Amino acid sequence: MNHINKVKEFIIENFLFGDADKIKEDTSFLESGIIDSTGILELVSFLEEAYGIIFSDEELIPENLDSLINIAQFIERKTNSGKD
Amino acid sequence: MCGIVGICSLKGPQSVNLDLLKRMTGALRHRGPDESGIYIDNCVGLGHVRLSIIDISGGVQPIHNEKKTLWIVYNGEVYNYPELKDDLLDQGHRFYTSTDTEVILHLYEEKGPSCLDYLNGQFAFAIWDSEQKELFLARDRIGIRPLHYTIFQNCIVFSSEIKSIFMIEEISRQIDPIAMDQIFTFWTTLSGKTIFKDIHELPAGHYLTTTHNSINVRKYWEIPFYCPEGLKKSSFQETREEVYTLLNDAIRIRLRSDVPVGTYLSGGLDSSGITTLVKKNFNNHLRTFGIHFEEETFDESSYQNYMHTFLKTSHVGITATNEQIGSALSDVIWHCEKPLLRTAPVPLFLLSKVVRDNNFKVVLTGEGADEVFGGYNIFREAKVRRFWAKQPHSKVRPLLIGKLYPYILNDPKLNIMLQSFFAHGLEQIEDPFFSHIIRWHNTSKIKTFFSKELKESVSQYCCYEDLRGRLPESFENVDYLAKAQYLEMAIFLSNYLLSSQGDRVAMAHGVEMRLPYLDYRIINLMSRTPSRWKIAGLNEKYLLKKTLQAILPAKIINRPKQPYRAPIRQSLLNSTSSNSIKEIISDSSLREAKLFDLAKVKMLLKKIQKFQRASELDSMALAGIISSQIIFDTFIKRFSPQTIQPITPTLLIDYRSGCI
Repeated sequence: MNHINKVKEFIIENFLFGDADKIKEDTSFLESGIIDSTGILELVSFLEEAYGIIFSDEELIPENLDSLINIAQFIERKTNSGKD
Repeated sequence: MCGIVGICSLKGPQSVNLDLLKRMTGALRHRGPDESGIYIDNCVGLGHVRLSIIDISGGVQPIHNEKKTLWIVYNGEVYNYPELKDDLLDQGHRFYTSTDTEVILHLYEEKGPSCLDYLNGQFAFAIWDSEQKELFLARDRIGIRPLHYTIFQNCIVFSSEIKSIFMIEEISRQIDPIAMDQIFTFWTTLSGKTIFKDIHELPAGHYLTTTHNSINVRKYWEIPFYCPEGLKKSSFQETREEVYTLLNDAIRIRLRSDVPVGTYLSGGLDSSGITTLVKKNFNNHLRTFGIHFEEETFDESSYQNYMHTFLKTSHVGITATNEQIGSALSDVIWHCEKPLLRTAPVPLFLLSKVVRDNNFKVVLTGEGADEVFGGYNIFREAKVRRFWAKQPHSKVRPLLIGKLYPYILNDPKLNIMLQSFFAHGLEQIEDPFFSHIIRWHNTSKIKTFFSKELKESVSQYCCYEDLRGRLPESFENVDYLAKAQYLEMAIFLSNYLLSSQGDRVAMAHGVEMRLPYLDYRIINLMSRTPSRWKIAGLNEKYLLKKTLQAILPAKIINRPKQPYRAPIRQSLLNSTSSNSIKEIISDSSLREAKLFDLAKVKMLLKKIQKFQRASELDSMALAGIISSQIIFDTFIKRFSPQTIQPITPTLLIDYRSGCI
């Protein structure tokens, strides 16, 4: 899951300002408050740019975005489906 | 409007240094450029700078009673003074000026501290009883005018602004970590506290008396709130008429002045309402003043221009450019005397200068309507979240959240994610902080930038527990909106809105703001009015809109509410302002102040520069860090009493032994 590390790095640098120990693979961003309401925008833009993907409206849901593991699984699915 | 200072011994005769008193008073010159005065005896020294508004030629202070045993220095206006004066004349009191100041003094002579119950206005004053050797300090109900004090060498030292207390060099100037924790949660300190250790604020609606060796601080007024059984039984129509009558009267008495009065006109409902009532009922040749911004997100020009054209007022609009906002921040912090998480006070500072340059000293403004009539989004947010909490799995109920924040949630794609954000704490519907907890939790996240030292010094402190302990006893019996309104008024209104966006930035240029919506009669009436009339459905300030409907154009009544905000990132990190600001947040400055974590601040700056935009939270962090650093630099590191010019008093009353 090298996606996880890349996203984790982005979040630590831009939302935790270096506090690496505040995030685990299954930490909910919204419940823990790591990402604020407008921060979601930055996260989505980062994912779209970094992985060359586009989120449809239906895909912008906590199940795809609310933790490192959810994101990694989503990217996995999304990039694989693109190869079909 | 004026500034007051004083030093009073708590242990019998103790000489007061006249030169020091002159310098302390000099530090407030901006509040009262017209005249100044000093009273001094063997126990006390009082200083005053005057902005002449009522009885221009005869009102120099300190003012005394018939026997010259009571002396007052006074900052503010009591609007019902002519009526109070008539009663006092009947009781045999004799006056030597036509000021409201003298009326208060005689009323105190007659009634003691309960004189405060009779005053309708905005004030902070000190009365010295030279016979009883007692000092009486008081502040208006809402806290429109400031008053601070500290205890130093068996004396109470007080002033409108903290800088003049710091003219005593031996008084230590240190940032209070608890105050930092409060500001980085609630956007301001809780009442009674200032950003400086051991410098206290006399809270709104309180008075202070001195007796031998001690001081007593007492509350004389509480923000009113009622449980459903205590609400008025009047009909909507009757209440609407009562609001109109009261608002008109609140304006009428606030136009009492011996100098011309203008208004602030933003183009929003509140200021449009005030301006229209003044124009229509009292002053056909009205001057109005308003702010424009460079960016559409903040700018209300189209509504503002529409309104002044509609009313045919003589309007002065200024554009607060990003560059000007950044450059003026340090001056604004000097006046506000506390860290700010927003830049919104700065344009108001720029505006008051223009008011003054146009030879106006007094303006009526629309502040307070959101608190009193239920205008803030945070109130509507609480209503939606309560509605949603009843059906937490509803897919439809949370969609209402998107209606509240079109300016943040401008991307409909993100709605579902953002709803999850507002779901936080949904189950805590009975918590007294339900309405505000999302905002406070969110703001608290910027404490991540606190330095290790600062974090450690507040590790045992919980600002929520502190606040919980201050809530009035019957608080849990009132409905969601009354709770939210109380919190907003008790925390944000007095200490931020009326101070950093009110008194301090207006008085910086000798301009007095008068606030009809905060007439205590209107506050009382609205506290007994059902919440469903304040926010009907999600329509905020419904009762006020219905009250103003007959006199305001539909375009203003029906326009979406636009909160007054000012740009942060674009103002603080632009090419011109960045040099001085870079210096204030340089590695060495950050290390010296020991307030923030150097590495984290660097990451924040890097992030903001990289994205060329900043989230709400990052913007607050940026403003908070820069303004706290300015506080440290201005009031702790570089503060120099010698640079302040002492006053040469217009009036000097010297009753020290051998001086009479």
